[in-house]
Parts: sequence; C-alpha cells; structure tokens
Amino acid sequence: MYVAVKGGEKAIRNAHRLLAHERRGDRAVPDLTLAQIVEQMALSVARVMAEGSLYDMELAALAIKQARGDLIEAIFLIRAYRTTLPRFGYSEPLDTAKMRVRRRISATYKDLPGGQLLGPTFDYTHRLLDFKLAAEGGEAPGTPELAEAAEEDMPRVTDLLGHEGLIEPDVPEGEIEDSETGDLTREPLSFPAGRDIRLQNLARGDEGFLLALGYSTQRGFGRTHPFAGEIRLGEVEVEFFAEELGFAVPLGRISVTECQMINQFQGSAKAPPQFSRGYGLVFGQGERKAMSMALVDRALRSRELGEEGGAPAQDEEFVLSHSDNVQATGFVEHLKLPHYVDFQAELALVRQMRREWEERNRKDKADAQEAAE
Amino acid sequence: MSALLEAAAPLPGLPDPVHDSQATFRTVMNALARPGQPQKLDTGDFKAPAPLSNTAAAIALSLVDYDTPVWLDSALAGSSEVRQFLRFHTGCPITADRGEASFALISDAERMPPLASFNQGTLEYPDRSTTIIAMVDRLTGPKAVTLSGPGLKTPAGFGANPLPLSFWAELATIHAQFPRGVDMLFVTKKQVAGLPRSTRIETKDR
Amino acid sequence: MNAQADTATQAGEGEYNFAYLDEQTKRMIRRAILKAIAVPGYQVPFASREMPMPYGWGTGGVQVTASILGRDDVLKVIDQGSDDTTNAVSIRAFFEKTAQVATTTRTDEATIIQTRHRIPEKALKEDQIIVYQVPIPEPLRFLEPRETETRKMHALAEYGLMHVKLYEDIARHGHIATTYAYPVKVDGRYVMDPSPTPKFDNPKMHEMDALQLFGAGREKRIYAIPPHTAVESLDFEDYPFEIQKFDRPCAICGAENVYLDEVVLDDRGGRMFVCSDTDHCEERRAAGHTGEAGGIPLKGEETAR
Repeated sequence: MYVAVKGGEKAIRNAHRLLAHERRGDRAVPDLTLAQIVEQMALSVARVMAEGSLYDMELAALAIKQARGDLIEAIFLIRAYRTTLPRFGYSEPLDTAKMRVRRRISATYKDLPGGQLLGPTFDYTHRLLDFKLAAEGGEAPGTPELAEAAEEDMPRVTDLLGHEGLIEPDVPEGEIEDSETGDLTREPLSFPAGRDIRLQNLARGDEGFLLALGYSTQRGFGRTHPFAGEIRLGEVEVEFFAEELGFAVPLGRISVTECQMINQFQGSAKAPPQFSRGYGLVFGQGERKAMSMALVDRALRSRELGEEGGAPAQDEEFVLSHSDNVQATGFVEHLKLPHYVDFQAELALVRQMRREWEERNRKDKADAQEAAE
Repeated sequence: MSALLEAAAPLPGLPDPVHDSQATFRTVMNALARPGQPQKLDTGDFKAPAPLSNTAAAIALSLVDYDTPVWLDSALAGSSEVRQFLRFHTGCPITADRGEASFALISDAERMPPLASFNQGTLEYPDRSTTIIAMVDRLTGPKAVTLSGPGLKTPAGFGANPLPLSFWAELATIHAQFPRGVDMLFVTKKQVAGLPRSTRIETKDR
Repeated sequence: MNAQADTATQAGEGEYNFAYLDEQTKRMIRRAILKAIAVPGYQVPFASREMPMPYGWGTGGVQVTASILGRDDVLKVIDQGSDDTTNAVSIRAFFEKTAQVATTTRTDEATIIQTRHRIPEKALKEDQIIVYQVPIPEPLRFLEPRETETRKMHALAEYGLMHVKLYEDIARHGHIATTYAYPVKVDGRYVMDPSPTPKFDNPKMHEMDALQLFGAGREKRIYAIPPHTAVESLDFEDYPFEIQKFDRPCAICGAENVYLDEVVLDDRGGRMFVCSDTDHCEERRAAGHTGEAGGIPLKGEETAR
C-alpha cells in the first residue's frame, strides 16, 4: 500500500544528530582542539583562509573541525560566515617588498640581494613516511637555528628587472595606480573582467582547479614560458586608511605567499621586447596555489598581450565561471535533491518516443513485407 | 568631518530601519508591479527635512546607499539639511550628473529635467538606469493617459499633478526604446504610484 | 586571537538579522527586484551572497524571499510540489528560525510561496507572490555557453538559435523534446527560462494574478514577471505548444488535469499516479474526494527515515 512520503523534518533532525556523532568519532580518542589544528594542520588552515577569503586561523580551524577535515566544506562554512560580517572598507595595498620574509627563493638568479632563503619547505625532503610521527607523545623535533630577522627590506626580483626596464611595469602605462579596485563579492562578475577582478577570482579559486589549469599551460595548452622569478613567504602589515584621521593606521600582520612568474613576451609595435608578469598571492603558506594562480593569471592575459588564445586556461569566461569550489560543489551536489517532477516529464517523453519508434518500425516492416509480396 | 560637527544634527532616520524599510520596499514593489495603481505608504511619525517629503524620504532611506549615486533637483540640492540627511542616513554619493544617477529625487516635478538626460541603461544592461522619484501633489483628478501592459489586467487611466506639459510625450518616447528607459515613482504625502518602462502609454490627444 | 575566538562562539542562534541577510544586502537585492519587475523577463545581475546552504539548493530563491519577507507574511515552501520534501523542510525551518514568520502548507493561506520545480495547482491570487528557485537562469545557455554571447542575443532580441533548436527536435523526434524548463517569451520581448518546472505548469504563468519572482544564487541573476503579463511558450504554427497529459486521475484524490508523480509500488511493474501538489491533494481528500486507491488516512504515515 502507498503511504505518502512524510516526516522530512524528523529525518533531517536525526541525520544531523548522526552526523554530529560521527564527527566526534570514538569518544575514547581525545577531542581535537582548535590550537592543535592551527599549529599542526597549518597548511589546511591556510587553504581554508585563502579560498574562504577570510584571514582568521581560529575560525578556519573551527571550520575544519566542524567539516570533519573536508576542506571544501570548511571553506564553505567560512564563506557563509564571512558574508555576514559588516564591512568597514578596503585596506591599503599590501607592500610585499616590506615583508618580514621567512622563505624566499628565486629560480632566475643564483644569488641576489637578500639572498635565497629556504625556510620551511617540503622541497628536497624525501617523501618517506616518518614512522616516528606515528608514535604518540614522540620526541619533539630539535629546535631549528633561526637567523636574526633582516633589518633591510628585501627587494623583489621583478623590481630588480624593472629597474632595467626588462619587465613590464606593475601597472600598465596610462593606468592610474590607485584606480578603484573591483570586488566580486559586491558586484556580480561581468565579462570582460579586469585583471583586478580576475586576480580576486583566482585567489578565491579552487587550488586543484588552478593547479590543473596551470599545468595545462606548461604542457602546451596556452604556453607562457614561465620562470619562477620569486616566491616569498612571510608576514606583511595590513593598513587601513582612516578618512577621519587622514592617514593609514596599521591593523596587524598577516602571513602571505607571493609568487611572481616571469614570462617571455616578444614585444609588439607598441611595446619593446620585455618580460611579462604572472602574479599569485594567497593567505598563509600556499606555494602550489600561488604558483598555479600566477600561471593562470598570465594565461588569462593573452588577449591583452595580443597572443593567440583558445586554450582552456586562456578562456576568461571558462576559468572565472568555474574556479569557485563552493559554487561548484553546491551545483554538482544539488543533483542529490529530488528531481522526480522533471524526471516524470522525461519518463513520459521517453515512453512516448519508444511507442512512436516501435510503431514506425512495425509499419516499416509491414511495408517491406508488402513490397516483397 | 568638521563641517558635519558644526551643522545641527540631522533629523532621525526611519524609526525601525529593518521593518520600516521592508514595508516601504514592498509598497514600492507593489507599485511597480501594478503600474498606475496608487499604493498607500504610511510613514508614521517619521519626519524628513523640507522640501523632501516624508514618503520620498522613506523610499530613499529604504533603497539608497553608498552603491547608488543620487541626483537631486535644485530645490533639494539647495538644502544642506536635505543633503546632510541623505548622506548621514544612507551614505549615498550625491551626483550632479543625471547620466550616472541610480536614483533621482525631484521635489519640483513641474520643472522635471528632460527624461532623456537620465541614465537609460544599455541594451545589454537595461537595469543600469535611473529610477526617478518625483514628488507630486495628486495622483487623482483628470486622467492624462491610458496605461496598459505588464501589471495591468485591463487598460487604466492615470494622471499625476503637477507635471511639465511635455512630460507624457517624453515618457512615451522613452518607453518606446524598451528595454532601455527610466522607471518612475510618483509620490504624494500618503501614496506612491509606479510607472515602469514596460508600461505602454497612450496620450489622450492622439 | 581572543577577539577572534569570541566571534566564533558569539554568532550562535537567534543573533542574525531579520531574515538572515544584512540590510545592505537586502537593499541591493531589492533594487535588483525593482529593475526586474520594470523589465519583465530580463535577468538582472546581482551580487549574490554566500548563504548557509549550498549553491544550487535554492540560495537565489532564499535571498529573494529574505529580501521581500516582512513580519506579517505567511510563508509556504515547496519542492517538487510538496511541502514535506527535505529541502523544502530545510528552507522553511531556516525562515522560521531567522525571521520567526508564520508558515503554512496551504496554498491559499500563503502570502509568499517559494518553490522549486512546480507551480501550485490552485490559481494564485492578486496579493500573493511566488518565488522560484532557479539553477540556470539563461534559457540560451545550452545553445551558447558564453554569457558575452547570450547577453548580446537578449539585447537584440535575437532568438533564432532557440527556434532552430526546437525545430531540430521536431525534425528528429516529430515533436519538441523539451519537457521541463520549457522556454517562454515574456510580454513579447525577452525569452526566459521558467526554471525547471514541467512544461505542464507553463500556462499557469500566463496572465497570472500573482507577482512571479525568480532567483538564481549561484548564477547571480534575478528576474520577474509582473501580474497580468503575457507569457507564451515558444512554438511553431504547425507544431503548437502542448502540455503533458496524464491518462488517469490521481489515485488518492481522483483529481484530473493536475501533474502526477509516478510511484513505483513493486518491481513487477506495479505503479500508481498521485498528485505532485500535496496540498492540493490533501484539500481534495478533506473535501471527500477519493481516487482508485481511496481510503488512505489523511495524515500519512512516516516512511522516510
């Protein structure tokens, strides 16, 4: 006998209780603290902050804990929280030349002012499982030797090239440096999008998506001849211009990873041959994302630089419309919602089409038979 | 900043910003969804600085903010109280350029500037156009035009006073370039009537 | 860090603005709604916010409802025609919690009806508003994936591509093979996606007494059809638009000319057809109508777990 499908409310409540139960897992295992996540899952925290577009380690840690370690779910939680926050205005541009650098490498110069600074990196580690880490309460690693923080600002590689005029300027000639920057959380995306909007979109974009796109440019789908001019990780000051006071006040320091790709450019009638730029910046330590972002940023400039387009990474509408993992996951997963009304419509149509097809076939057969007789 | 301190404090805004602006918006929405049909707009104890009417001010405070440049006619622009009131409560930029105004507030409807001088939007983005809030004395009296189109079950007469003589011919010309155009809100002391660009206007003397 | 930890714990329940959205966001959405009404069928871009529910699960409809909703409204939420499907339950609970508004399952009691995939069977009234959740607002999207191109087509009312597509259907299948999200033309100008409602519901949109609002959150578009507006389903003179017909009435309430869900009873081909609009069905049953499977208790037993 048919019984109406009811009780959605109760089912949902119960499912949520079960989720909370599973999230906690075995009660005999100690509960994770936010401090543990912040300290020991720092790269997850950084990714959630970057793609969640909110610099707050504790909240990111909370989101990761609540999301059971699902980073896209955690990013979604942060975004939904961020959108409810009041906005006071926009900070001044970060000056990464004044960064307190913890890591800085350049693939384009053997040595350079400020030097190469390896810092905390997986590079050159052998990817062998370290079973010592599996032992609970294992010995703490030895304290590393830390150099005194450099007093001097560390010039950016692109600035060094810029002095020689060998790389295009940061801001194209004729454009005002402090022209208003767009914000796609306040204005819907429209095409063509300015580089400011593109960079914001990429900074919030999914690491995996950008990684694949960046990789595709290296394999020839929109080749950009990139060199990792510089990757730097460290802390920069955030300043806010207070109109009432008439000057910028420091709000605090944030960790960022910056990647400046140096790409070849042939020059044109208007511009002499010089290197061009691809730029990536993310919260926290996120080199893979910053590098991918810089590759895709450069690829998206193909039209502006008069290059032949057509590769996926050069397709602004394709890249910008599909980079956001919160949007993507929502729409992909919405297929779980009931669609039986539409399915019913399709079912009826397929049945009708089959009837028509069978009738036609029968008729054709009968005709053929008739002709044969 | 200092100028703000020297001047008298602006009159208070909507008493209950969340619910008053919701109610005002719904009234305006109904007005645009039912062109020419006056909707009651009760502003309670709310007071706006003259020559801005309470109703026009309630609509402005409900819809305007720092994302929407507002154009004021000379009577309104001439009142520092009005400018300060709008700036203080909404943060809206006040523009002298009608072509960049999201909203226009007009206290002296008889001297309404040419409608074509306001932002008509583009064919690609017709929504980027000016909404004109015009303060009038009456929505009753002789019906100047007959309206038909979306929101109207049957054609209906409409009139607002005072308006420039050329107004209806001008508006009909603008509506003929649909989807570009301007949307009108006529407000009296107690009512608001909408006239979106989708409405077809038939003037009497044709 | 302390201040940050505080924000994490403070934002508990009951601390949200009325209907969740902040006032600035509501104003922005309200302005978009007004423009949408002024240009019927045109998709107004808006800065859609991240909502505490996933994109694609009704965030556009929810933002529209949150922006129009007042304290005195009575809200009904349906998904697939039913008030009891999980997503409808979840959205209704969201507004009960954040706006404390009255809710109902009765179509005629509601002032605002938010829907996914259906229009109620009962004709809506002058003072009602129906809010549609829209996944892909662009009717031309599957013919031309680029926004830059489709925007031009709308600007110039260049809809030949759509007619070509429908005609190809006819050439291949003998009839138009679009069964839901069937494109309409609004007031003779804009071609519009009615959201994935079955084409059965298209005629209800024509000259509807109620205001129709459409919200697409992920795609950041709002559009509208004012009351009493001409809404034609695209067709050809020799292949006129037709809606689905069911060759039997609702098995529970005996209703005819309504949209039916097929319920599979066993794995031997047993099935029954029942009203998709659960409120309509319940109302008819309360009035004493029965179908061939009659005698079923009004308050259905719970089967979902």
